[in-house]
Amino acid sequence: MPETSAGTLTAPAKPARQKPGGTLYRGREGMWSWVLHRITGVAIFFFLLVHILDTALVRVSPEAYNAVIGTYQTPIMGLGEVALVGAIVFHAFNGLRIILVDFWAWATRHQKLLFWIVVGLWVVTMLAFTPRHLINVFSH
Amino acid sequence: MSTTTLEQPPAAEAAIQSFTVTFLIRRFDPDVDTEPRWQDFDVEMYATDRVLDALHKIKWEQDGSLTFRRSCAHGICGSDAMRINGRNRLACKTLIKDLDISKPIYVEAIKGLPLEKDLIVDMEPFFASYREVQPFLIAGSAPVAGKERVQSVAERAIFDDTTKCILCAACTSSCPVFWTDGQYFGPAAIVNAHRFIFDSRDEGSQTRLDILNDKEGVWRCRTTFNCTEACPRGIEVTKAIAEVKQAIMRGKP
Ligand code: HEM
Ligand code: SF4
Ligand code: FES
Repeated sequence: MPETSAGTLTAPAKPARQKPGGTLYRGREGMWSWVLHRITGVAIFFFLLVHILDTALVRVSPEAYNAVIGTYQTPIMGLGEVALVGAIVFHAFNGLRIILVDFWAWATRHQKLLFWIVVGLWVVTMLAFTPRHLINVFSH
Repeated sequence: MSTTTLEQPPAAEAAIQSFTVTFLIRRFDPDVDTEPRWQDFDVEMYATDRVLDALHKIKWEQDGSLTFRRSCAHGICGSDAMRINGRNRLACKTLIKDLDISKPIYVEAIKGLPLEKDLIVDMEPFFASYREVQPFLIAGSAPVAGKERVQSVAERAIFDDTTKCILCAACTSSCPVFWTDGQYFGPAAIVNAHRFIFDSRDEGSQTRLDILNDKEGVWRCRTTFNCTEACPRGIEVTKAIAEVKQAIMRGKP
């Protein structure tokens, strides 16, 4: 007789083991590129929202505008700019990948390769940008 | 004088090695549980066994209450799509030797459809979307001289891939868009619409393109390729969806 048969209407003594909500779906390059694309897209959106508001401030009061912009000239903001540029660069390159995947059957078949090309281009761009930018930020 | 055939015993007589494999199965009994729970089972398996064999062994030898669907057991009926180690697979086509048995093997129901019991989900929303795309030949005219409707090999090849679908729902339930928006038609419905949209004998393509141009139609697709990875029939699902998107933009198949 099995220990827990159809008749035993009791939860097992052993408490539920790990991953209560089910496992995370193990999608591959396509899924993760989409996750990153959405995260970077939403992040860029909120940046632009704030950026349009602070720029609009110059019409209200140039002094207030200068004060706000002045607070951006800190190393922490400098690092934030690296993150922002990183997000935009990924979103832009991957956006081009999505356009290719949508319209070109070859790209639909080779989307994984294209994803790694996007990652490669992103790394190259960031290697070119980050040192120069940080030298600027920290030499002020 | 010696016949070489009899000198060695047949190799098959050597014992085939078996392994103890741990399965963690996400169970849910609506009569008892308020939430699903994980339960582990140790099963003696051969490398050539399938996950479906493990479920059978558990049901027949350890716990008869384990509930799952299967029918053909050979990858044709589409009954046993489930999430195995976090990916949608048919239990009857997933061999033990292709899994890492040094760790437990996670088995749970497919995502995005209402969970009914253990590995069984309510497939009705899935089939409702399937029916909505009118997956049958629509032709106003009778075939010429009572014969079959002639189609060239090239015309047939255009939609060959999408004729292979077995309606297992592995694709639709692997789609992140479908998980959060159950109204989305989902890859399987689009695949089966594709099968008729690009069929030269069919006359209902425009209707189907209009149906899929809906807010919950093909434009929901975010090209994550989870469906293509999940399809046990090897259908290039995302590519089929892209072809339907382009047909809608062109205004004709
Ligand atoms: C700079 C401002 C930008 C913002 C705020 C932005 C924001 C977004 C957001 C929120 C999405 C939705 C993602 C989703 O639903 O999965 C998106 C998608 C998309 N973006 Fe951007 N984006 C920007 C720039 C770009 C650039 C420069 C490109 C290409 C050169 C691009 C190409 C795309 C494409 C192709 C999609 C569709 C993705 C999909 O189908 O999932 N975007 N964007
Ligand atoms: S397209 Fe593939 S994964 Fe989707 S229902 Fe058909 S056979 Fe299953
Ligand atoms: S049992 Fe028929 S497809 Fe697996």
